[in-house]
Amino acid sequence: MAKGTWVFVDQRDGKIRKVTFELLSKAAQFGDEVAAVVMGKGVEGLAAELGKYGADKVYVVDDDKFAVYNTGAYTAQFAAMVQQYQPATILFGHTAMGKDLAARLAQKLGVGLATDCTNVEVDGGKLVFVRPVYAGKAFAKVVVEGPPVMATIRANIFDVTEANKSPEVVKVAASISDADVYQKVKEFIATVSARPELTEANYVVSGGRGCRGPEGFKLIEELADVFGAAVGASRAAVDAGWIPHEFQVGQTGKVVNPVLYVAAGISGAIQHVAGMSSSKNIVAINKDPEAPIFAVADFGVVGDLFQVIPALIAELKK
Amino acid sequence: MKIVVCVKQTFDTEARITLKDGKINKEGVNLIINPYDEVAVEEALQIKEKGGGEVIVVTAGPDKAMDAIRQALAMGADKGVLIDADPDADEYARAVILAKVIADLKPDLILAGHVAADDGSSQVPTRLAEILNLPHVNVVRKLELSGNTATCTREADGGTEIVEVTLPAVITCQVGMNEPRYPSMKGIMQAKKKPVDKVAAAAVESKAKVIEYFLPPAKAAGKKLEGDPKEMAAALASWLKTEAKVI
Repeated sequence: MAKGTWVFVDQRDGKIRKVTFELLSKAAQFGDEVAAVVMGKGVEGLAAELGKYGADKVYVVDDDKFAVYNTGAYTAQFAAMVQQYQPATILFGHTAMGKDLAARLAQKLGVGLATDCTNVEVDGGKLVFVRPVYAGKAFAKVVVEGPPVMATIRANIFDVTEANKSPEVVKVAASISDADVYQKVKEFIATVSARPELTEANYVVSGGRGCRGPEGFKLIEELADVFGAAVGASRAAVDAGWIPHEFQVGQTGKVVNPVLYVAAGISGAIQHVAGMSSSKNIVAINKDPEAPIFAVADFGVVGDLFQVIPALIAELKK
Repeated sequence: MKIVVCVKQTFDTEARITLKDGKINKEGVNLIINPYDEVAVEEALQIKEKGGGEVIVVTAGPDKAMDAIRQALAMGADKGVLIDADPDADEYARAVILAKVIADLKPDLILAGHVAADDGSSQVPTRLAEILNLPHVNVVRKLELSGNTATCTREADGGTEIVEVTLPAVITCQVGMNEPRYPSMKGIMQAKKKPVDKVAAAAVESKAKVIEYFLPPAKAAGKKLEGDPKEMAAALASWLKTEAKVI
């Protein structure tokens, strides 16, 4: 009988993404044994950190073949482990890695998958996944047929709680062949930034067309640094070439879920709002009193960001 | 090169969403080609223009989805296939349905948008690759083909990856990969004469089911200040500290 909740450990070079801890914390609420599954090279030492956030057990696959994520190796190994250990539920972060692996694995196992979930409800022993549709303009409650029941969960939704467990470590041998690998990962170019990553950030300051150019974004960055925030942008600013696409917040960019979102010089088109509407507190700064962004803002300032932002920075530094 | 592009018809991203009988209300909603799939069609056309070949657009959906196919044909695709599929089919079922049709076409390359603007699932093309036992690369911003090798620049967490696969393969496209062309009047006229096959969908059971839809609660109106920038900034700073309590 399938039992246990597995959480896939999203890590690169031994650095675990925060969403993994959020999922371990959430999984503890399901009342079943929580196991973290980590694949990589030199990853055995991660077990302690995983136990801190709730893993009762950690399955470790430590082998050169998994040093760099590639879908083929990870899917084949994961599928073999599912067959052997029969988990009831598997959770992944809805990250580039998580959603890539989960979809391929779900098909390999012949099961359903609920992706980009923003909540998980326990209803009579079954899990009901809540996920946004139409860019968050509506939500769907989804039940998924397993076993295993599989879902990817949006980052920055669930709280991280410490459980301080000493997990049982189960070392699993690599059981894949060269034929399982079909991607050659030639290079990874890291985005170097002292600022937090958008999808994980608790504070985000975004600029739009009102920034008038890359110069306006200097003000955005200055304000971001007062909060220790990530920098974001509207599609207009990205299309104008003022800031790279990886900073775009919105339907065709990133979805963020911070405690504070500041939108400066952003009109608030539906496609942008789709990327930030679940932010807990939304501040809008815009010259146009009719800008749609004010309809979603908790606090709106009708004014020129070139005057308001420097004044705000001065106030915050007091 | 024979390229299949998977295309989905979705709601216009501007559409207001309402519920009717507990389901998403489709009445009066403007339907468009999924913006990410439009990028995939454009990429296919550019590849064809460089090295020759054929671009076939495959869509699973109701009759209305024919409009999405015609738009792709008007852009320059050569043929279309409309699979009459249950719009409520889940990702598993849709992938199986698409795979059955695409396998017969024996393409060298399969392109699709990496996500659909309506369900935001990001599953079907990856599932399709698994069924067809093909390599895939997701969320690609730049695709370079050389012989049988596809070199993909893709968005990864915290950076960019360069990934190589051998064709045939499934590549999913990210906005920004190219600028989709507007169909010309000539293209629109020619599209009417291009062949579109209508086929029945294989019978497949879904593995995930939506049990309820709901709309998010309406947001209460927030504060909105006008006037002197310094005074507004002071009020905002105070609000951030004492009411929002975020600093």
